Amino acid sequence: MTAKIAYDDVEVGTELPAQTFGVTRATLVQYAGASGDFNPIHWNEKFAKEVGLPDVIAHGMFTMAEAIRVVTDWTGDPGAVVEYGVRFTKPVVVPNDDEGATIEVSGKVAVKLDDNTVRVDLVAMSAGQKVLGMSRAVVRLA
Amino acid sequence: MALDQSFVGRSYPPTDPYEVGREKIREFAEAVGDPNPAYTDPEAAKALGHPDVIAPPTFVFAITFKAAGQVIQDPQLGLDYSRVVHGDQKFVHRRPVRAGDRLTVTSTIEAIKSMAGNDILDIRGEVRDEAGEHVVTAWTKLVSRAAEEA
Repeated sequence: MTAKIAYDDVEVGTELPAQTFGVTRATLVQYAGASGDFNPIHWNEKFAKEVGLPDVIAHGMFTMAEAIRVVTDWTGDPGAVVEYGVRFTKPVVVPNDDEGATIEVSGKVAVKLDDNTVRVDLVAMSAGQKVLGMSRAVVRLA
Repeated sequence: MALDQSFVGRSYPPTDPYEVGREKIREFAEAVGDPNPAYTDPEAAKALGHPDVIAPPTFVFAITFKAAGQVIQDPQLGLDYSRVVHGDQKFVHRRPVRAGDRLTVTSTIEAIKSMAGNDILDIRGEVRDEAGEHVVTAWTKLVSRAAEEA
C-alpha cells in the first residue's frame, strides 16, 4: 500500500480537501445497474411517493461510495481504507431535473491510531441536512 | 410482530463463489463517477502494490447484500422486507477486493432488537477468498419500520 500522505505529516484536526458530488436521476439509474440494487424508490417517483417519501431518493450506498472519495482522493490508494462505516440519517432527495441534488462532503483527522492509521470523520450534507451520521473511516497512511 | 430472538447467532451456509471481474469494477467506478486509475488500470494498481485492479471500498456490498438475502428471505425469520430501510453499514477490510477474486460470503445474524415497534436486524457478512483467507467483513443494520395501525 502506498498512500501519498505521510502519517507524520498529519495531526488531529487536519482537514481533508472537501468535495461536492452531483447526483441526477440518470446517476441513480446507472448506479442501480452497476450495484444490482433496483429498488424502485431510487428511480420511480410514483412508487417513492406511495411509500411516503418526498420524491425519488439516492441509494444510501451511493452516498456512502461518494463520501469515501474524500478519503481515497486524499490518500491516492483506495486500498489504504481499512475500515469504513456510516449511519444513514436522512435521504438524499433527487428531483427530476437537470441539476438533481448535490452531496457536500468534508472530513478531518479525528484520531491518530497505531500502525500508521488514522481515523477520519466525514460529514455529508445534502439540501442543508446531514445525510450520513457516525461516518468514520480508518485509513493507513505512508 | 417482533422477530424471534432465538435467531441471534444463526449462520447461513457460505454462498457460491462470486468472481470479481475487471469490467464489473470499472462499471461500478464509472457509476460513482470515480476516475481513480487503481480501479481500471492494472499497471496503476500494481504501482500501488496491488496484484490487479482493486474495487472501491463499498463495491463488496453488492455481494454481501445478495448473500444477506438468505436471512432477509428466511421464511422462518419472517422479516417484512417491504418495510425495511438500511440503517447502518460498516466494512472492515483485511485487504481490498480485487479483480480475479472468487469470494464467498457467510452471513450471520448478530443481533435482533425491537424498538418502538421497529424490528432491527444486524447481519454480519464474512467474505473469504478462494484460499479461505479473510478479505472483508460487512455489517449491515436493517430496520423494519412498524406497520401503521389499520
